[in-house]
Amino acid sequence: MTEQTKTGTGTILIVEDEGNILEALSFILRRAGWDVRGHGKGESALEEVARVVPDMLVLDVMLPGRSGLEILRDLRADAATADLPVLMLTAKGQAKDREQAFAMGANAFLTKPFSNSELLEIVERLSGVDDFRPAAGQGS
Amino acid sequence: MTGRMASRPRQRSGTTAEMLSFDGLVAVCVVYVVGLFAIGFIAEKAARQGGARWLNSPITYTLSLSIYATAWTFYGAVGSAARSGLEFLTIYLGPTLVFVGWFWLLRKMVRIGRAQRITSIADMISSRYGKSGGLAVLVTVLAVLGTTPYISLQLQSVTLSFSVFARPGTLGAPDAEQTAVWVAGGLALFTIVFGTRSLDLNERHPGLVSAIAFEAIVKLAAILAVGAFVVWGVADGPGDMLARIEASAIAREPLNGARWLGLTVLAGAAILCLPRMFQVLVVENSDERHLAVAGWAFPLYLMLISLFVVPVAVAGLSLPGTGDNPDLYMLTVPLSLGQDGLALLVFLGGFSAATSMVIVAALALSTMVSNHIIMPLWLRATRHEDPMTGDMRRVVLTARRLSIAGVLCLGLIYYRLSGGAEALASIGLISFLGVAQVLPALVGGILWRGATRVGAALGIGSGFLIWAWLLLLPNVAETGGLIAPVLSDGPFGIFWLSPETPLGLQSTDPLLTALVLSLGVNTLLFILGSLFSFPNPLERLQGAQFVNVFEHSRALLGWRGSVGTADDLLIMAQRIMGTGRAGRLFQEAAQGQGRDGDLPEPTPDFLEKLERELAGSVGAATAHAMVAQITGAASVGVGDLLAVADEAAQIMEYSSQLEAKSEELAQTARRLREANAKLTELSVQKDAFLSQISHELRTPMTSIRSFSEILMQTDPMDDAARGRFSRIIHDESLRLTRLLDDLLDLSVLENGRVTLNMGEVALGDVLDRAIHAAGAQAGGRIAIRRDPEAEAVTLWTDADRLAQVFINLISNAQKYCDAEAPELRIDVVANGQGVEVEFADNGKGIPARQEALIFEKFARLDTAKGAPGAGLGLAISREVMARLGGGLSYRPSPDGTRFRVRLPAQALRAA
Repeated sequence: MTEQTKTGTGTILIVEDEGNILEALSFILRRAGWDVRGHGKGESALEEVARVVPDMLVLDVMLPGRSGLEILRDLRADAATADLPVLMLTAKGQAKDREQAFAMGANAFLTKPFSNSELLEIVERLSGVDDFRPAAGQGS
Repeated sequence: MTGRMASRPRQRSGTTAEMLSFDGLVAVCVVYVVGLFAIGFIAEKAARQGGARWLNSPITYTLSLSIYATAWTFYGAVGSAARSGLEFLTIYLGPTLVFVGWFWLLRKMVRIGRAQRITSIADMISSRYGKSGGLAVLVTVLAVLGTTPYISLQLQSVTLSFSVFARPGTLGAPDAEQTAVWVAGGLALFTIVFGTRSLDLNERHPGLVSAIAFEAIVKLAAILAVGAFVVWGVADGPGDMLARIEASAIAREPLNGARWLGLTVLAGAAILCLPRMFQVLVVENSDERHLAVAGWAFPLYLMLISLFVVPVAVAGLSLPGTGDNPDLYMLTVPLSLGQDGLALLVFLGGFSAATSMVIVAALALSTMVSNHIIMPLWLRATRHEDPMTGDMRRVVLTARRLSIAGVLCLGLIYYRLSGGAEALASIGLISFLGVAQVLPALVGGILWRGATRVGAALGIGSGFLIWAWLLLLPNVAETGGLIAPVLSDGPFGIFWLSPETPLGLQSTDPLLTALVLSLGVNTLLFILGSLFSFPNPLERLQGAQFVNVFEHSRALLGWRGSVGTADDLLIMAQRIMGTGRAGRLFQEAAQGQGRDGDLPEPTPDFLEKLERELAGSVGAATAHAMVAQITGAASVGVGDLLAVADEAAQIMEYSSQLEAKSEELAQTARRLREANAKLTELSVQKDAFLSQISHELRTPMTSIRSFSEILMQTDPMDDAARGRFSRIIHDESLRLTRLLDDLLDLSVLENGRVTLNMGEVALGDVLDRAIHAAGAQAGGRIAIRRDPEAEAVTLWTDADRLAQVFINLISNAQKYCDAEAPELRIDVVANGQGVEVEFADNGKGIPARQEALIFEKFARLDTAKGAPGAGLGLAISREVMARLGGGLSYRPSPDGTRFRVRLPAQALRAA
């Protein structure tokens, strides 16, 4: 929260309804040098993306109001955000959620709980990739 | 025997002075009888194998009818002609008129006999009048009384004819009585062998009929031979014969019109009513078309039989050495002229006439006696026994055999009592009149639906009594020399009751008087009785069946020669037994009969077999009715219908059982489907539940892992951050623990394995505890409004569990009530129905579309985002309340959220 590290370049928007998880993610990514914005509601996530215009999106699947997958679908349908790197988070941990997420255009996928290094690895990879080929995330 | 030709001298043939010896005669008789047995056996065998053509020929049928011409007519007609002129013709005239003029009546009788499966004249009367047992017995007794003298007459004629051959002085002269015994015994044996071989449903006896048909030929041949001999051998051809007749006393005999009419009527009645005639005419009839042939052939036969009666009588009267008994002219005329061979033929003809009559009469009477007297008595005697255990066939056959022996014994006894007197000559007519008493009831029953049992019983009974009193009794008395005063003076001296002077009439002709009186009274009472009585339903039905028989039945056209019938039978059998089995059955039968093709001749044997096979599928009564309908053998009688209905009822019962079973199966299948659907749904629910649990577990674990890693990895960390992160880890650990506790709690509650700690507790105390535990004391986030008075209720319940529910509800209100000044009102209503505690907050409430979800596990509503808890609280609370015998429900309300906790009346304790 307070310190920035050399690796992070740009803005990351985190859409996550669990306050504690949002806080942890923010702390880790900020420490890695990212400009982190948080958002807790599904239904207003798209507007937040449009407002913030992040370089990367970390999106929880289980959101109150609107599911992360729906938000992803809308993002991919919009030319402005079609190429936005998106990392999906889920606590359900079922294979079919993962497949569904990739099918809808997610760039990476993380199953809760995850290790911090794992998260940073993926974020780093996503940030360095120009052609946003889906990259396999580390599932548990 | 030295004879001289009356007109044309002719030497006796050669020097054969020796008469045919008695032993020789017996030998001839034995050979003849053995021949009859052979014919009978051959015919039976042929019938079993499907029948030979001659067996089923109308000529055989016609010849069998000739038992009408008994020894009495064979010998007696000549005697009658010699004594009374042409009067003997009435005996032939009556039947001829019936066969020509009343052919339709005969046809109707035959049809009814077939349709109703009539076994005798007694059965016919009984069946017509509502299957009356009493009438059957009456007719049977009448028939036995009327026939017994007639049988003894036949025995007498045989012994007489023996005696003609054996003149006194001849060695081995026959003892008449002994002869009669032997003859009776032999006839009984023959009748038993061929009359009771088996118990055919149709009561037909091909062997017996064939034998009597053969005897009819012998009879006719003998008469024609004697006649031809007399016309061309004694006289000089027909012209000369006629001249001799003209010259004889016979031509001068005056004709008594009344007697002629009476005798003709009597003979006509006899052909319809005589038990033996009914037997051959109706019972033994195998094909209704045969009757059409008999319609002209039988009168022709009678004409041929009677053709030479007068010539023989004239010859007998004019020839010397013919003895003084005109009844024996048939024998003495050829004998006196040395024609021993011819005489032997005549003897055999007479023997045939006598035996065939006795055989058929014994058979007919035995059927009646056994069916209507012995069997009912036997059944009554054994009615307490299980009818299934005895072999009824054997009983019936034994009854028949005993009856045959009994009937012949009666004939023999009567013969011995009468002492072979010549008075027997009049017995024929007396017998005729006896059985003719059945006529009004018989003809009336066939033609008049209004005829009733009462009328029939009155008619037959009265006619029977009058006949017995006026004719039978005097005849018996005369032959026995008894009770003469009663006869002449009347009983108790009542003159007009005397048989000799009935009603005070001084009759010159007792027979005619008796005829008019008995039949007159009989008919009158029959009609009056019928008019003044009501038929029972069965009578009514049988009456309709009899009178309208042609509308109810098809003609019996025999069981042979119709491939169409076999075809129909096959089609029917296929429907019932299935194509394969029916086809095999028919094919095997066809092969068994040695026929090409697949269709067997529908012989009685085959039909019986088919019926048995069908009975296995549809029941005996139905099978019989079906086969009978197709072969036209019978219309379906009431009994058949009832039996069919019984079977149908059984089948319906069976099918309704099947229906119930299939309904049961359908229900089971439905339940299985439902259970399966439920299981599938449960499985889906389980997946969703596991997914939910996974989510609920992973979420706090994510925070814990992340922050612990942060704490481990971040070396210089300010204390504030470390403290904060540690607390988050701690809180999330507690959340995990709570979640696991809730899950276990819910699992225990749902499995019903929860142990309740029941006790007496005040509601107010429980609420206090709950508010305290939820941290909602005064001054907290939410204001609690209570009503201590209403809470003053003592409960019998598990206080901890109830408190758990209250805590959950209060916590929810705390968490979710979004009013500016959150307020929770707790209202208590206690009445006879139980206790209701309502928790109402002043928040926005729960959106209507989510009301249904609030009790689901992990159902955290959209509006409840960010609030702690796994969403199991309400699910657990509801389970708890269910265990406590009450319930938890959500009360939709426009102003806030309301939950109502309900406790049962049993939980109430007097405060």
